[in-house]
Order: sequence, then structure tokens, then C-alpha cells
Amino acid sequence: MEYLLHILILICIYIILSLSLNLLVGYTGILSIAHAAFYGVGAYVTALMALRLETPFLLNIVLAVIAAGVFGAVVGIPSLRLKDDYFVIATFAFQIIMFSVLNNLVEFTGGPLGLPGIPQPNIFGYEISTHIEFLILSLLLAGLVYWVSNRIVKSPFGRLLKSIREDEVFVKAVGRDISAAKVKIFIISASLASLAGVIYATYITYIDPTSFTVMESIFIISIVIIGGAANLKGSILGAAFLVALPELLRFIGLPNSIAANVRQILYGALLVIMMMWRPQGFLGEYAFGKSSEDRIHKLGDRSKRGNDA
Amino acid sequence: MLKVSNLNKNFNGVTALKEFSFEMKENEILGMIGPNGAGKTTFFNVLSGFIKPESDKLEFLGKDITNLSSHKIVSSGISRTFQDLRLIRQISVIDNVLLSFNHQTGENFYNILFKQKSWQETEELDKHKALKLLEYAGIKDKAFDLANDLSYGQQKLLSITCCLAADAKLLLLDEPIAGINPEMREKILRIISELPSKGKSAIIIEHDMDFIERICDRVIFMDMGEKISEGTSEEVRNDPKVIEAYLE
Ligand SMILES: Nc1ncnc2c1ncn2[C@@H]1O[C@H](COP(=O)(O)OP(=O)(O)OP(=O)(O)O)[C@@H](O)[C@H]1O
Ligand SMILES: [Mg+2]
Repeated sequence: MEYLLHILILICIYIILSLSLNLLVGYTGILSIAHAAFYGVGAYVTALMALRLETPFLLNIVLAVIAAGVFGAVVGIPSLRLKDDYFVIATFAFQIIMFSVLNNLVEFTGGPLGLPGIPQPNIFGYEISTHIEFLILSLLLAGLVYWVSNRIVKSPFGRLLKSIREDEVFVKAVGRDISAAKVKIFIISASLASLAGVIYATYITYIDPTSFTVMESIFIISIVIIGGAANLKGSILGAAFLVALPELLRFIGLPNSIAANVRQILYGALLVIMMMWRPQGFLGEYAFGKSSEDRIHKLGDRSKRGNDA
Repeated sequence: MLKVSNLNKNFNGVTALKEFSFEMKENEILGMIGPNGAGKTTFFNVLSGFIKPESDKLEFLGKDITNLSSHKIVSSGISRTFQDLRLIRQISVIDNVLLSFNHQTGENFYNILFKQKSWQETEELDKHKALKLLEYAGIKDKAFDLANDLSYGQQKLLSITCCLAADAKLLLLDEPIAGINPEMREKILRIISELPSKGKSAIIIEHDMDFIERICDRVIFMDMGEKISEGTSEEVRNDPKVIEAYLE
């Protein structure tokens, strides 16, 4: 039973991560490889505040969200003005730098040894410690992230994001500030991702930098793409599927050491198969990686000449 | 209203604009003609902030707009269409128009989370405005279809409607009637010719001389990035330099 609850809590964590990344990758069409770094910011801020300053859990949530948002602004504001390719590289660089900082700032973050003994959440005197309590907390936060994401994608702001994904040039020509919109959604996405870190740090009570690597970022991207870009339910389905899959492998009787390797291969293979067979993922409406130009040319009857900006 | 002085633009040795200058009054419809590769579209790209000129000065409504980014240029009152017809094809026709309205309360993150009612109310008003514009353009019955499902001519109408929605004082229309049927052509002609009565002006790039003659107060002929001739369409048509340029 506890094992099942454990898996469900992990699924909630990844739902938060994939929903928040989907806003960026799926809806706006820009790729970030730094999502695990923002997840890490959430986890480390929560852990450090609780351990060093013994601040209350609810305050730590707020601080984690703000910290991730500030890092999002620092990375996003200079790089989102550039071409999308440069932005991907900037997020990659941030991911690498964040990992090295966590790994090397030993006095502060514990370095590779991590931070053990993180206190469990205490909300107005109510201690959250059992699996079922953590599951409820996780469901609440995942629900909150879903609610925020859903409001965004159904709003005129969501329409602006989707339009930027389809044709930036047109959106500029009708006077919209593209960089501002991208910076905004990047900050929102980063802030929401930090909530997953809050749960992870207080649930596992131990964190170290290896949970927040590039590989983790890529895993989250895989969830979004396999579940379906630009579809919130797809992200939930994708998270449930990809988190539960290796556990199922264990049930088939694969020993742990082999299962770990098989898992990587499986994710890779799944991603390749999806790209070929169903590039828009299980539930998605948008095939990430195909440029909107490609898709438009397939769709529309454009005039023969195209020497415009 | 618009003052362009000494625009220059080169693309790896190809001269697209050379010492290009002219002025424009309010409520004027200006035609821009010239052979393929003359630099007409490049001028639009520079004026709307999509590419940076080399040396220049652009003044609009008494303000220097030379180094503004494109969205600031549009909010100062200049909007454009594209020769290779751009729209957001995966959203509905009315959504394209709604997208073109600037300053929407429903794009503010705080409003999205906590003031849904209030932004939905303004969105309703915007929808009303959008439907009016679509009705004016004669494509109201398609409002809730995907933009991609419109005919080519209707898409061109929609792209002009979006310029109107962006509330521009100056519309830059790049070949608005190329490749469309006579009926659509008349519709577009009507919309353009009614712009001055709405306090708006336009610069029209077109190869169709008949169309240009019917709607333009004044015409600029350009070739190899240079202004060769300027005046009424008749003056330009009979200018020996223009005749020479076409004979070459
Ligand atoms: N982005 C660009 N990069 C390189 N060269 C360009 C670019 N845009 C335009 N040019 C070149 O500049 C010249 C002027 O092109 P432009 O598109 O402005 O012509 P045009 O007058 O609009 O012609 P058309 O009537 O065919 O549309 C051409 O030689 C073109 O090849
Ligand atoms: Mg052109």
C-alpha cells in the first residue's frame, strides 16, 4: 500500500513538472533544458530555509516560487530576445551551472553529499508525515498547477502564446510584444516547477544534486512530448505512464540493476517511436520540433513567392 | 505624417534600398510600384521594424521611429500585411482578429487567475468589435471557422482586417490583390478606398497598374532600391525614366 502511495506521490511531482514545462514547450513552442534546475531551486530553497533558518513550510513554498521566478527572469530576459536556438543553449548552460553550484558550494548545499534531515511540512501545527498525508499535499499542489495552467491556456494570453508558436512574424506585425510574452511564460513555468521541488525535498527529506541533472530535464521533456504537447491532460497521462512504467518492469521480475538500464533504453526507444508514429504525442495537438513554417506550408495555399522577412 | 529620409539597405552586395526618401500626408493612399526585386517589400520590412536599415531616418507622426522594435512601431500606428500572406492558421478567424487587438486585460497574469469575470466581459466586447470588423470585410459568416479553411482571397481579407483591428493609422499592404478573383478584388478595393474617411492612410504595393490607378492618390515608382519617379499615376506612367526602366 505504501509502495503504491509512493508511486502516486512521484506521479504528482512529475505532473507538476510536465504541466509547467508544457506551457513553454507545448503551448509556446520554445524548448527549455533547464526545467530540472528550477525543480532543484524549489527543492534546495525549501530545504535550506527549513534546515538553516527553520522558517515555516508555507513561507518556504512562497520563497521557493519567488526564487525560481527570479532565476527564470535572469535566464530568460537576456536570452529570449535572441533566436530560439540561443535560448535552448542558454537554458542548457543554466542547467549545467546550477548543477555545478549545487555540487561545489559544499558549505552551503552540502555538495555531492546533499542535505539530509529536511524537516517534514508543518502547516499551522499540523505535521505532514504519513504517505497518505503527503499524497493529499501533492494532489493539492498538482491540482493548483493544473488550475493555473488551465486558466492560462484558455485565456487571451494562451491564445497569444499559441499564436507565437505558430507564426512569430505575424504576431509581431499586429503589434504584440513577443519577447515580453515569452519571458512571462518562462517565469511562470519556472515558478510552477519549483513546487515539485518543495514536495520532493520535504517528502524524501534528503536531496542531492543528482536529482536535478540534465538527464532529469530531458526526462521531463519526454513526458511532455510523449503525453502530448499543448495538451494538459496529456501531461498528466504522460507523467503517470512514464513514472509507472519502470515499476511495472519490476513486477515482470527484472532485477533492479538491469531494470535501471532497461528504463533508459525504454524511454529513448519510446521517444523515437513516438516521434515517428505520433509526433504530437498521445493527446497532443502540436508536433513539437516541426517548425510552424513546415506545418503551414503543408496546410495552406500560399502564394508562390516568399521573400518576406 | 510619415517622413522617410535617405534609407539604405544592402543584402550581401545586393542594393535593396538606396537613398530612398519620400513624405506622406494624412489620409493618403500611396501606391508603390516597380519591377520584381526593386526593393518594395524591403522598404516595408524596414518601416515596420523587421529589418534594420544601414543609414536612415524614419519619422512617423512627428516621432522618430528609426530604431524601435516592431511591436512599438505598430503601437505607434503602423501595421502591415505580408506578400506571402501570414495568419495564424490553426486558430479561428475571429481569434486572429482578437489577437490583433492590443492591450487586452485577459493577457494579464493577475487577471487570468483572479479576475476571470472581468476579462471575460472585456473579451465579449472585443468579440463584438471583431465581428463588426469581419462583417465589414464580408467574412462574418466564417468567423468561427479555422483561418486555414478560408479561401485564399478571404485570407487576404482577414489579414487586412487584422491590420484594422491593430488600430493602425497607416496600413502597409504588400500586394493585397495578387492572385485573387475579381469579386474579392472589388471587396478589397472598397476597404482600401474607404480608409481615408476613417482617418487612416495606406501604402499599397501592387503590380496591377489598373488597381493602383483606381485607388491611389499618388504613386512612387522604384527600381534597384531607388525612387525613380513620383506623382499621380498618369505622371508616373508617362515618365520617360519609368518607360526606360521597364524596357530594360
Ligand atoms: N532578407 C533578405 N536577404 C537577402 N536578400 C534580400 C532579402 N530581402 C530582399 N532581398 C533582396 O533585395 C532585393 C529587393 O527585394 P524585395 O523583396 O524588396 O523586392 P520587391 O520589390 O518586393 O519585389 P517583388 O515585386 O518581387 O516582391 C532583391 O534582390 C532580393 O533578392
Ligand atoms: Mg515584394
